[in-house]
Amino acid sequence: MSEKIIMLGNEAIARGVYEAGVKVSSAYPGTPSTEISESLAKYEEVYTEWAPNEKVAAEVAFGASFSGVRSLACMKHVGLNVASDPLYTFSYTGVNGGAVFVVADDPGLASSQNEQDTRMIARAAHIPVLEPADSQEAKDFVKFAYEISEKYDTPVILRTTTKLSHSQGVVTLEDRVEVEDKTYERNVRKYVMMPASAIGRHLVVEERDNKITEDGANFSVNKVEIKDKKIGFITSGIPYQYVKEVCPDASVLKLGLVNPLPKKLIEDFIAQVEEVYVFEELEPVIQEQIQSWGYNVKGKELFTRQGEYSANMLKRVLFGKDSAVFTKNDAPNRPPILCPGCPHRSVFSVLNKLKIHAAGDIGCYTLGAVAPLGVIDSTLCMGASISSLHGIEKARGKEFIKNWVAVIGDSTFLHTGINSLVNMVYNKATGTVMILDNRTTGMTGHQQHAATGKTLKGEDTYAINLADLCKAIGVKNVLEINAFDVVSLEKAIKESVNGNQLTVIIAKAPCALIKGQKFPFKCIANPEKCKKCGMCLKIGCPAITKQDDGTIKIDETMCNGCGLCQSYCKFNAIEKVEK
Amino acid sequence: MKKMNIMVVGVGGQGTLLTSRIIGKTALNAGFDVKLSEVHGMAQRGGSVVTFVRFGQMVNEPVVEEGEADILVSFERLEALRYAHYLKKDGIIIVNDTRIDPMTVVIGASQYPENIIETLKEKHTVYAIDGGAIAKELGNSKVLNSVVLGLAAKYIGFSKEEWLAVIEKTVPQKTIDINEKAFLSGYEHK
Repeated sequence: MSEKIIMLGNEAIARGVYEAGVKVSSAYPGTPSTEISESLAKYEEVYTEWAPNEKVAAEVAFGASFSGVRSLACMKHVGLNVASDPLYTFSYTGVNGGAVFVVADDPGLASSQNEQDTRMIARAAHIPVLEPADSQEAKDFVKFAYEISEKYDTPVILRTTTKLSHSQGVVTLEDRVEVEDKTYERNVRKYVMMPASAIGRHLVVEERDNKITEDGANFSVNKVEIKDKKIGFITSGIPYQYVKEVCPDASVLKLGLVNPLPKKLIEDFIAQVEEVYVFEELEPVIQEQIQSWGYNVKGKELFTRQGEYSANMLKRVLFGKDSAVFTKNDAPNRPPILCPGCPHRSVFSVLNKLKIHAAGDIGCYTLGAVAPLGVIDSTLCMGASISSLHGIEKARGKEFIKNWVAVIGDSTFLHTGINSLVNMVYNKATGTVMILDNRTTGMTGHQQHAATGKTLKGEDTYAINLADLCKAIGVKNVLEINAFDVVSLEKAIKESVNGNQLTVIIAKAPCALIKGQKFPFKCIANPEKCKKCGMCLKIGCPAITKQDDGTIKIDETMCNGCGLCQSYCKFNAIEKVEK
Repeated sequence: MKKMNIMVVGVGGQGTLLTSRIIGKTALNAGFDVKLSEVHGMAQRGGSVVTFVRFGQMVNEPVVEEGEADILVSFERLEALRYAHYLKKDGIIIVNDTRIDPMTVVIGASQYPENIIETLKEKHTVYAIDGGAIAKELGNSKVLNSVVLGLAAKYIGFSKEEWLAVIEKTVPQKTIDINEKAFLSGYEHK
């Protein structure tokens, strides 16, 4: 087989995993990594699952590897923080069957809360990192990652970035190679990380680092292109493509192995080229190491640590000007917004009306922070809404949180929110937690989770009941309310924030983008009854616009028929009619 | 043939992604190296969306940068205005002549610019089409992408048949017929 097709970077990674004979994969969705698991789930030969969080996924991958098969865990960069606990010690135990972590960084923050650099964690954990620069390499490097994982007895990180994960390029497909399971043998010194064993393994990790540093010079994933010897670039991943666009005649050392660095290869390159630039997005990981060896290379003093790089940025630094011909026109911003028919809008409209502050979390509902809803006061990381609210109460007292709630999605609650709720129960909290239960993992594109009743492979499974779960850990007051029932929501929120016991309000309604979830109605504005009061505009629905005469118009194709606008119109100027 | 750099822009949910994939596949079938760049996640939620398609003998970076676009295909007027500075000196704009107010306009924090098409014509070659109206006439307002793609296809190159072959394999089975009709009405638009 050698079919050529266009593949998304993430699809190519999944293809590589399939071709490498991997049998088990576990992951939690997170932009820009999500499509890896979704693509992989289509291959029958690979068991693929959504785990509740990345720590669980990493440990599943450990278990599968330890038992003797090739395994995978994938996540976005901040997911690796959650998975760091197993990762650091998995580095000590090493593998039996090959194990790869695919970690997707997000320079430029397309859909993340920070711009951390995975290579920093990999260095700290002593894990080799491979970094491909296009879809074809993404597939090839995954397969190479399994080879070195088994050869050097280590988990390996394949680092991707948003631009690689979400760009498409031409890929040549190959067949899957079935890899024989490794024998399982009990080995306490290698796999039971109590101090006596771990002391020994730490030495193994250091030797392994040294060996890969040496052998890495000959790894096929690195590429040396000696051309003009006056100027040279040391680069990797997508930034390599910008170098090739701007300086096709420069000498280039393209590193496929970015941790540990192949020192000999780098030294040879520097010896041949007069002026060497290190061109790497985010942190000066490569640059600082090379400088620590005593070489004079340029990098972050010219190229920013911020955001995504571009060919134009490189042109501006090298030549003082880029390719732009025209100046940018003035155009009002179009920030992302909650969709028409989104149940979060309904909840936020009530919180906004009651002037309640919300400790927020990670998901579409983070968009509740912006105008006109403006109710989210904080967003830190997955699960932090609940524990932050608890912190506020312990710091400022019960009275202070009478106009506060925590808001968290169903998938995020199961990810790490549940631990925080256990803490509230245990430590006598009185706050109000709202679980915005839209029956899916929304922001990342509608993935199943432990409370939806379906697996990643689409099979039926037990759906965890969130209300029962909260009651089981000791929350006495658990209310389930239709997210679009603004009257009941308002009453419940008022009572619970003013009460003195921990309350969980589960606001339920499916995400408007889930297939088959459309309302059977559409909303129509009656301009004769419209008093131009603007109440319906305060909910921030993109289907509603104000016309020149001040009356409102509802876009027929955009309206989802949720009827939230109708709930806020005091003049019956909005009608809900059957579609 | 030298490289062709195309941008497809619009509002999240308008189908920019599918359109750029059709362009990419058509170029691949014609024997070119192809790269596409897409937008997923938060940026997709009703926000301004930009996707890139590049093809040629060999393509390095997957994005089109300021000053490098040959063709800007926009599904909405304001988005054409927002990205027009990506064009080369002689680059062209294909724009779906419709208005979608961003939230900043809805809440009164900013104004939707007047006479966008005229403004763009001062500096660029602009082909405008009311894809929504044509699509509605055909019986499904959602196929406006195919109408706009049809018009763009005339300037991108390849034969009508090469385009239709890809559309047939890319859009949902039930909508092949109407998408082809929509494409042709754009392609034959004067």
